[in-house]
Amino acid sequence: MATARLLGASIKRREDPRFITGKGNYTDDLKLPGMTYAAFVRSPHAHAGIRKIDTARAIKHPGVVAVFTGTDMTGVNSLPCGWDLRKEKNIPGVVQDLAMVPHMPLTSDVARHVGDPVAVVIADSQDAALDAADLVTVDWDVKSSVTATALAAQAGAAQVHAGAPGNVAFKWELGGGDVDGAFKSADVVVRKRIVNQRLVANAMEPRACVARFEESTGDLTLWVTSQNPHVHRLLMCAFVLGIPEHKVRVISPDVGGGFGSKIFLYNEEVVCSWASRQLKRPVRWTSTRREAYMTDAHGRDHVTDAAMAMSKDGKILGLHVKTTANLGAYLSTFAPAVPTFLYGTLLNGVYKMGAIKCEVTGVFTNTTAVDAYRGAGRPEACYVLERMVDAAAAALKMDPADVRRTNFIPKFSGAYQTHVAVSYDSGDYAGAFDRLLQLFDYKKFRTEQAEARKKGRYLGVGFSTYIEACSIAPSKLVGALGAGAGLYESGKVRVHPTGGVTVYTGSHSHGQGHETTFAQLVADELQIPIDQVEVVHGDTGAIPFGMGTYGSRSASVGGTALHMSVHKIKEKGKKIAAHLLEASASDIEYVGGQFQVRGAPGKAVPWGAVALTAYVPHNYPEGIEPGLEETSFYDPSNFCFPFGAHACVVEVDGDTGHVKIVRYMAVDDVGNVINPMIVDGMVHGGIAQGAAQALWEGAVYDEESGQLVSGSLMDYALPKADMLPMYETARTETPTPVNPLGIKGAGETGTIASTPAVVNAVVDALSGFGVDHIEVMPLTPERVWKTVQAAKSKK
Amino acid sequence: MKKSVSITINGVKHTHEVEPRLLLVHFIRELAGLTGTHVGCDTSQCGACTIHLNGQAVKSCTMLAVQADGAQIATIEGMAKDGKLHPIQDAFWEKHGLQCGFCTPGMIMSAAQILQRYPKPTEEQIRHQLEGNLCRCTGYHNIVKAIQHAAETMAGK
Amino acid sequence: MYPAQFEYHKAGTVREALDLLAKYKDEAKLLAGGHSLLPAMKLRLAQPKHVIDIGKVSELAGIKEEGGTLVIGAMTTHYAIESSALLKSKCPLLPEVAGHIGDPMVRNMGTLGGSLAHADPAADWPAAVIALGAEFVAEGPKGKRTIKVDDFFKGLLTTALTENEILTEIRVPACGANVKCAYAKFPHPASRFAVVGVAAVLTLDGGGKISKASIGITGAGTKATRAKGVEAAIAGKAADAASIQAAASSAADGVDVQADLQGSVEYKQHLLRVFAKRAMEAAAAKK
Repeated sequence: MATARLLGASIKRREDPRFITGKGNYTDDLKLPGMTYAAFVRSPHAHAGIRKIDTARAIKHPGVVAVFTGTDMTGVNSLPCGWDLRKEKNIPGVVQDLAMVPHMPLTSDVARHVGDPVAVVIADSQDAALDAADLVTVDWDVKSSVTATALAAQAGAAQVHAGAPGNVAFKWELGGGDVDGAFKSADVVVRKRIVNQRLVANAMEPRACVARFEESTGDLTLWVTSQNPHVHRLLMCAFVLGIPEHKVRVISPDVGGGFGSKIFLYNEEVVCSWASRQLKRPVRWTSTRREAYMTDAHGRDHVTDAAMAMSKDGKILGLHVKTTANLGAYLSTFAPAVPTFLYGTLLNGVYKMGAIKCEVTGVFTNTTAVDAYRGAGRPEACYVLERMVDAAAAALKMDPADVRRTNFIPKFSGAYQTHVAVSYDSGDYAGAFDRLLQLFDYKKFRTEQAEARKKGRYLGVGFSTYIEACSIAPSKLVGALGAGAGLYESGKVRVHPTGGVTVYTGSHSHGQGHETTFAQLVADELQIPIDQVEVVHGDTGAIPFGMGTYGSRSASVGGTALHMSVHKIKEKGKKIAAHLLEASASDIEYVGGQFQVRGAPGKAVPWGAVALTAYVPHNYPEGIEPGLEETSFYDPSNFCFPFGAHACVVEVDGDTGHVKIVRYMAVDDVGNVINPMIVDGMVHGGIAQGAAQALWEGAVYDEESGQLVSGSLMDYALPKADMLPMYETARTETPTPVNPLGIKGAGETGTIASTPAVVNAVVDALSGFGVDHIEVMPLTPERVWKTVQAAKSKK
Repeated sequence: MKKSVSITINGVKHTHEVEPRLLLVHFIRELAGLTGTHVGCDTSQCGACTIHLNGQAVKSCTMLAVQADGAQIATIEGMAKDGKLHPIQDAFWEKHGLQCGFCTPGMIMSAAQILQRYPKPTEEQIRHQLEGNLCRCTGYHNIVKAIQHAAETMAGK
Repeated sequence: MYPAQFEYHKAGTVREALDLLAKYKDEAKLLAGGHSLLPAMKLRLAQPKHVIDIGKVSELAGIKEEGGTLVIGAMTTHYAIESSALLKSKCPLLPEVAGHIGDPMVRNMGTLGGSLAHADPAADWPAAVIALGAEFVAEGPKGKRTIKVDDFFKGLLTTALTENEILTEIRVPACGANVKCAYAKFPHPASRFAVVGVAAVLTLDGGGKISKASIGITGAGTKATRAKGVEAAIAGKAADAASIQAAASSAADGVDVQADLQGSVEYKQHLLRVFAKRAMEAAAAKK
């Protein structure tokens, strides 16, 4: 019985029924008998020594079970940083070794950013815990602090860590080709300062955890909002708490968004796990939004000086990029990788380039730790490139579309070696751009723009032709680059006697719809109804070790692991069928949901019969074990490289500087697509986040006090429905040769491409005033207005 | 001093002794055990806690349980009737108006008020009336489409 | 986000509420719609020991007309104002401004009286009531008194109400056929409070001239103010672009502009001029 093709079908999501009826199982929904509640005492100062923590009044408060500080947590180690940058490890590009500074779950010597936790109060009720937390008094030795990226490494700046003199965390570089020669021979050199501002992820569900230690068995169960429960377990058990990994089960239930911020091992779940072992009771903690602003890993925060060498006919001869990357007060789990190997390696973009040099200095400041946030390094690279291409076009008085076309790498499949280590998998960059210009009548727009300008209306268009590296990643490669972990993915497919299938994936879904797409994948390959396939994720107790979901890797790496397991199952099924059909296994093919003798569809056994036989092996081939389940671990051979072309049309209010997004068009090539509706959804959400970086969001610290001034949703402008348009999306499909599914990955492309598209559009709208660049994002109304005023006064 | 509070939620009366400072959202989640209504922020911006109080959409995180004594409340759990989804729930499912699902209950409760007040809303009206509901996943595109679809379905009845 | 502990009292009448205020004095806060008080209490920025809930005081609700004056009970919600057929017909500025406040859920709970008594420097209502020349009725232990709007807003979060008084009514004159109003607002992208907000009530003579202008400004300063300079400059002038632009140029005068993340003093002063112009143009363009 053949079923309709599921691959490429926009079927409704199977996870939706529980979400639309309010029956989702988010971590804060969990109730356990005897549960206690944790409230953290946090530093109100950006930088302060801890002389004394007085917990006496808090301990006496009714309902309080315990109060712990860092000194109580003996035998507990630092939260680990999982990415090393050291010359002695032969990691390429290291100029100055990474300063591996400690990050204790409860700091006991110095608080290094506003919100740094120093104590935890555990009580019978949330109210009691919060009230008692107010009663903990800390004798602070307030010190001067530094928060600004550009000031961190300057002489006289406050020192964040004794082990990182001058606040330098690392120095790194990457490049290829003759950069000096390129700049010497250039007709035009464009130099710009580019600030990629700090962002706060703001997943709608705040972080939460519930830790339950069961004394009678010695088992610890941790429910936590994690994008990667196995990684959480490994890091916490092996590196921090020193408890056996096999005695710990980490469950990541329904999670309300992550965007990278829920990858990392944080102080709170470590403290709650440790405390539960001390108290022999469950300990829960849910972040408030204010705490989220202070403690969830922030994103981006680069200051870059870029120079692009151009020939007079618009060819990119060379690119030289110097970036200072703010890592915050501590090294978060993947932090060193983001402004190095996930950044520098994308600076070739979709263009043929003569030479590239990228130099990065990582700095510590008294701010929240910075780590991966949707795109993780690739948005920063794309932003530099696409801004520089537009700036170069302006300097050459060329059309920005023409400059792009002049430099596109021609269509290819198999390999394109860049100057920055990576080799792209497959691409048709001009093809994507052509597709975009079918959606967008560019010539007509330029006419409209000119007409509008005469009437005092400022319309602008911005292009962004991007590429990114996702589906991370080959383990050996990332190991050689400093990763402490492999980046394969696990996929187990268990067939039940009655023919149904349960799929166990190391990927995790916090909005991506894997319960649907992975079921589509497996059901399609097995030619069984999708209702017969169940997808399980997020439980280390059930699932083989997996690396989790980020870096747009789930369909490509997680999906391929499942594909491999399905293949193994089909091969075993052929042997069983061959025995039942008294044929040779090499003559059996699997077609339309049945195992049949090649060319003789009448001689067949259906899927269900083979499944049952595997578990009731009475009439069974010799030398083959009963059962029908297979596990695979897929380690990709390369990254995958989605690409595309976006265009944004804006209107700038000349009186106020307010920017309105009039139109947003996106053409993306993510390789093959399992569920077009879900991929579109990923693109929509990504565009919203990238546009928000361009126009509205920005984490702001007051330099003098070190306070996070934009510390709530009242100050930090997340996009609302009335700030965004409908998006116009289209796709080209250039399958990747890297994995058998041909899937590249779609989760981050929207965010990567959109920020420069929006900014380029605003600059284009203001080009009549002689504006060719705006250094700093977000382009608030005041920033835009001031740019116009400055340009007008120059004339 | 604790107060006795009776609140009818989805037709079922819940009576508890509560501290005056207990927020309505915590009454709903902890005491009534209905965890579909979510807490997403602490400054009354995000709308994940949206419920209906005496027929009007309200942010349950910005009310005390004692204020709602004697009130009729509808939460997301009460939208489906006799196992049949409300057309708005169906529309969100049909149009992929959700990804992580965390903002979804609040969005649906808000959408119910939008369509009650504006049975044939324009795109602009929908977007304006969603000012109090934040979504970080969808970029709002499919949420708007879901509400438009629900409007059509409900008008057809 | 849990408030500190407090005692809760539900008042059934204004009298009861006044008695409770007299008893607990500065340890008590009135709870109206709660959408200014509760957010502050959740962050523990406000920690009143006694909260007096006037949500069920029926005397304080309702919109009616009394011989050319619109009388709005202090506990009337923003949404009730936004959707009031009476106000749309007799004083359309009020429903227009109501639609700008917060979001639909906030508007279902927040009240006109609560907002005015709180006097947030970036709230929308203060600009509107100034432009409309409203009068407020307050009731205290010694009885009722009327406060004119120009005497009402004293400073940052401070009004003429004493701590033992309750604002009970807001009275505005019904707008005649020759009165045109509009509200122009530049909202904060996150909080949606007014970075600047200008309410303009223009009285037109038969011949296209503005005989009187009443302009209320909110957002940029420490309190809402009357734009006296703009009013004087436009009085007697034609309602044309050039006159309006010229009159709007003094919109920032007398406003104690506060710089913040949304704008420097210079930028906000500029916005005041732009939005004064836009408010007057929008009002003049109304049919």
